[in-house]
This record gives sequence, C-alpha cells and structure tokens, in this order.
Amino acid sequence: MYKPQGDAQAVGSTSDAAAPGAKTIDARGVNLYYGDFHAVEDVTMRIEPNKVTALIGSSGCGKTTFLRSLNRMHELTPGARVEGEVTLDGEDVYGKGVDPVQVRRLIGMVFQSPNPFPTMSIYDNVAAGLNLNSGRVPKSRKEEVVERSLRGAHLWEEVKDRLDRPGSGLSGGQQQRLCIARAIAVEPEVLLMDEPCSALDPVATLAIEDLIAELKSRYTIVIVTHNMQQAARASDVTAFFNLDETGKPGHLVEVGKTEEIFTNPSQQATEDYVSGRFG
Amino acid sequence: MESATVTGSSRLLAGGLGWRRRALNITMTALIAAAFVIALIPLISLVYEVAKRGIPGLSLEFFTEDARGQIGEGGGAAHAIVGTLVITGVASVISVPIGIMAAIYLNEYGTGRLRRALTFFVDVMTGIPSIVAGLFAYALFELFLGPGIRLGVMGSVALSVLMIPIVIRAAEEVLKIVPDHLREASYALGTPKWKTITKVVLPTAFAGLVTGVMIAVARIVGETAPLLVTTGVVDSMNSDPFNGRMQNLAVYAYNEYRSPGVFKQAAYDKAWAAALTLIAIVMLLNIAARLVYRRYKTEIR
Repeated sequence: MYKPQGDAQAVGSTSDAAAPGAKTIDARGVNLYYGDFHAVEDVTMRIEPNKVTALIGSSGCGKTTFLRSLNRMHELTPGARVEGEVTLDGEDVYGKGVDPVQVRRLIGMVFQSPNPFPTMSIYDNVAAGLNLNSGRVPKSRKEEVVERSLRGAHLWEEVKDRLDRPGSGLSGGQQQRLCIARAIAVEPEVLLMDEPCSALDPVATLAIEDLIAELKSRYTIVIVTHNMQQAARASDVTAFFNLDETGKPGHLVEVGKTEEIFTNPSQQATEDYVSGRFG
Repeated sequence: MESATVTGSSRLLAGGLGWRRRALNITMTALIAAAFVIALIPLISLVYEVAKRGIPGLSLEFFTEDARGQIGEGGGAAHAIVGTLVITGVASVISVPIGIMAAIYLNEYGTGRLRRALTFFVDVMTGIPSIVAGLFAYALFELFLGPGIRLGVMGSVALSVLMIPIVIRAAEEVLKIVPDHLREASYALGTPKWKTITKVVLPTAFAGLVTGVMIAVARIVGETAPLLVTTGVVDSMNSDPFNGRMQNLAVYAYNEYRSPGVFKQAAYDKAWAAALTLIAIVMLLNIAARLVYRRYKTEIR
C-alpha cells in the first residue's frame, strides 16, 4: 500500500488504509544496456494513470527491455545496466536507498507464459504475494483478498470450488488469469504486462482483453504486444518502438493516443509499421 | 492405388526391401542386448553370492544381540546395525545443511572467482580417497582429545567429508532445473531473493533434493576404511556418538572375516550376513528415494 513520504528515500510503504491506486510513471532519458550492448536508447515518455499504454514494435526493438526497466527487473540479468530516470508518482525508482523489492511491490508484472507456482494450490498462488511479503496475515483477510483478486481476474466462478488444487491444473487462459489475480492481490499501483496473450488462444485472449479494460479503472496498465490489432483494440495510448538495424539500440519513435497513432501517425516509420509494410 | 510403373520402375520401390539394413539392425540389437546381459552378470552374481552366504548368518539373534562377551558361536550384529544407523545419521545431519546451503550459494548467488574456487574445491573433494577422509577426521579429533581417541562422531565427520561434495553436486543440478521464470514471478511480486529461494525454489526442488541426499547416504553407508581408523572395533552396543567406540556393519564384516576366532564358519556367516544387511539398507534407501520423488515431484511446465 502506498503512503506518500516526505523523503524520496522510501518509495511507498505499508499502510492499512486503501490507497487510490493507479499512479503515473515518467521515463526520462532511459538508456538500457546489457553489459556493453546498448539495447534501448533514450526513451522519454509518460505513462498515464488509469489508462492502458501499449508498447508496440517489431521483435527485438527493446519494448520488453524497457518494460522490465520500469519495475527494476531489468537489473536482475547479470551485467544489465540502467541509465536515466524512471519516476513513480514523482519519486525516482532508481534513487539512492530505494529497495528494488519495494518497487516491485508497487509495480507488478504479468509474464508472457503463465507461471503459477507449481508447488502451490490456486489459493496459495493468489495469496503468494501476501505470504511471501507481508509476513503473518490473518486468515480472514487472506481469504478476502484471494476472493477479491480472483473475482477481479474473472476467475472466481471457475475455481471457487477447487481452490486447494494445484495451480498447474488449469488451462492456459485460466493460468494467465491466475497470474493476473496473483499480481493484483498485492494491490500494486501499476501493472506491467509482457505480451500476456501471446501464448493463448483467441477466446482466452478476448477474456484477458476484457479484463484489462476493466482493470484500468483501478490500475495503470502498460502492455507490450506484438499484435497490432490488440494494441488498437485494447489500449488508450500507444508507443511505437523501432530498431534502425540489428546491432543498433532500439528507440522510441512516437507515442500518442491510440487512434491517432493508427490513423494519423506523425512519423513515417510508424505509418509503415501500422500499415503492415514491415514488422 | 495405381503404381507409378508406367515406365517399368518406381522411385519408392527402387531401393529394394533393405535386407542389408535390416540384417545390420538385428546384429546391432543382438550385440547391445548381449553387452547388457554381460554387464548384468557381475551384479547378479554378486547379489546371489552375498545372499547365499549371508542368509545362513541371519537370525533373530543377529538382529537383536550384540557380541558382548561372546567367544562362542553366538552373538549378533545389533550393535553394528545401530552403529551404522547412528553414524550415518549424524553424518547426514552434518552434511545435508552444509551441502544444500553451498549448492544454494553456488547456484543462486555465486559469481566470479569465489564461485569458481568453490566449484574447484568441490570437484577435488569428490575424489578424496576415503581413508584420507578418515585420517583427517582422526587427526582433527586427536588435536583436541589426544591420541588413540575413538568416537562414533569421528566416523560421522569422516563420512561427511565424503558426503558433502555429493550432496552439493546433486543439489546444484536440481536447483539448476528450477526454471528462472518461477524466480521471476516471485521477484515480480516484490519478494526478496532469500525468500524466493526458501519459499519457491527449494519447495519446487524438494523431491530432487531428497533423492540426492538419499543417494549420497547410500554411497557412504558401506565405507569401511575411514571408520576403521575413527570408530574402532567394539563388541558392545553403543548408540552415543560422543562416547567411545561404535561398531558398524562395514567394520564388523571386515572384523569377523579377519579375526574369526575359533568358530570360523559362524564368524564368516555373520560377516556375510552383515554384508547382506548393508546391501538391503542401500536397496531400501533407493526405494525410499524413488517413492519420495514420485510423491513430491512437481511437474514444472
């Protein structure tokens, strides 16, 4: 839970009162490296609260790398480096004394392949965020959070009778919704999604997109997607990343309202990509 | 179906029925099967011999009585059985935490020179001759407790030196198999690294870890040389590893064979029976390892 602090040291802290959730992320001059390799160059953009921002672009242009730099997952790769500034509601996520663990509690992530914990039941998977982070949580509160999260992920009706079964016994789409439930159970302020539907069939994809449309009222959502049509359907703001040639860093070409990006982009490269001339 | 033999030849039928290839196939299969049977012969003959010679030595007395005060045909190996279990048990208590924590360090935290050095030393340790491990344990205890000291726990320390590298190797392999995307899922929830390891990685690897430990135990349960110099030979029951000599099955078998006394056949029978018991213990451990693995394994997608 987020409680604004005077010093920029602690990014958020635990509190009991329900906080208003969704916050703004600002990236300024973000450059990302894997060792000496310059992967992403100079990204400056704003991610608006209560909106879905889609990052699109062809393979390898740095969208996922940039996404992972927002919740400090990028630095988990050995040799990975971040330059520039990423702020969450005005506080620098990479500031001195900021604990990346705390950042990740506020900025959640859902991955491309659903990855529920195989040793845990559905109930324990959803409660994992609470169990793993907050120490002792009273059972009643845990149950309430699990139900609320599963309802929020549109999975409650399907699994409410088998909460103690292992998380791996569900279909792909259900597992992804389970991962989303797990992510929202800790009530982050921002939800990052890395191609959440790419491993799913069209029916499951539609279910997730509906879910995203509903979740944006409570969270800030950033979604990386390969699927342009999905970006056009599901997002409010679209950012187009591109690679000039392999070996060069990816960079942000243009960001704007989704309708405009798709119907009237200001850059030629964007126009070429969204009309399918390359990608 | 019409065959394409308009011009009198078909490409599909052109190669003949492959007689030569089939003959080669059958020959190779026969050779491999024969090699397998030959490889099995020593194993089967060993088990057969031990069973044949050991069964006469088995009796209720063998399992319930020690050899205290026995100069005749009687006496049993209960003290040796208890001793083997105690010494191996204490060795496990020492080796398992050290081994697993070292494997966690090597797989989850280690980078650079310290990791390389550790890996090198673990590799060296896997090759230490067991008598060297025994002498090391003896020298260590002699330093503090004077010469001629013999204790059950010394044997455990010697066995630990042999067991730790096996546990480390097995645990490292198992931890490596736990996929990174599970760790990432945990980090993304804002879980600190150590908690990710204890609450996500270790439970996922649990079955494999138990199997690795049981295999390590099976490896050291029959070691004789290090125990000869550390736990000594004694006839009476002793289950306190910190107090005096402790007998164990391997040394017992050796001793009965080497100093059979007047009633040679009875002594030889008991030696074989002890060997049979050791084989049985190893077999039980392997079976237990498989059962645990089957019960607790996690299907990782």
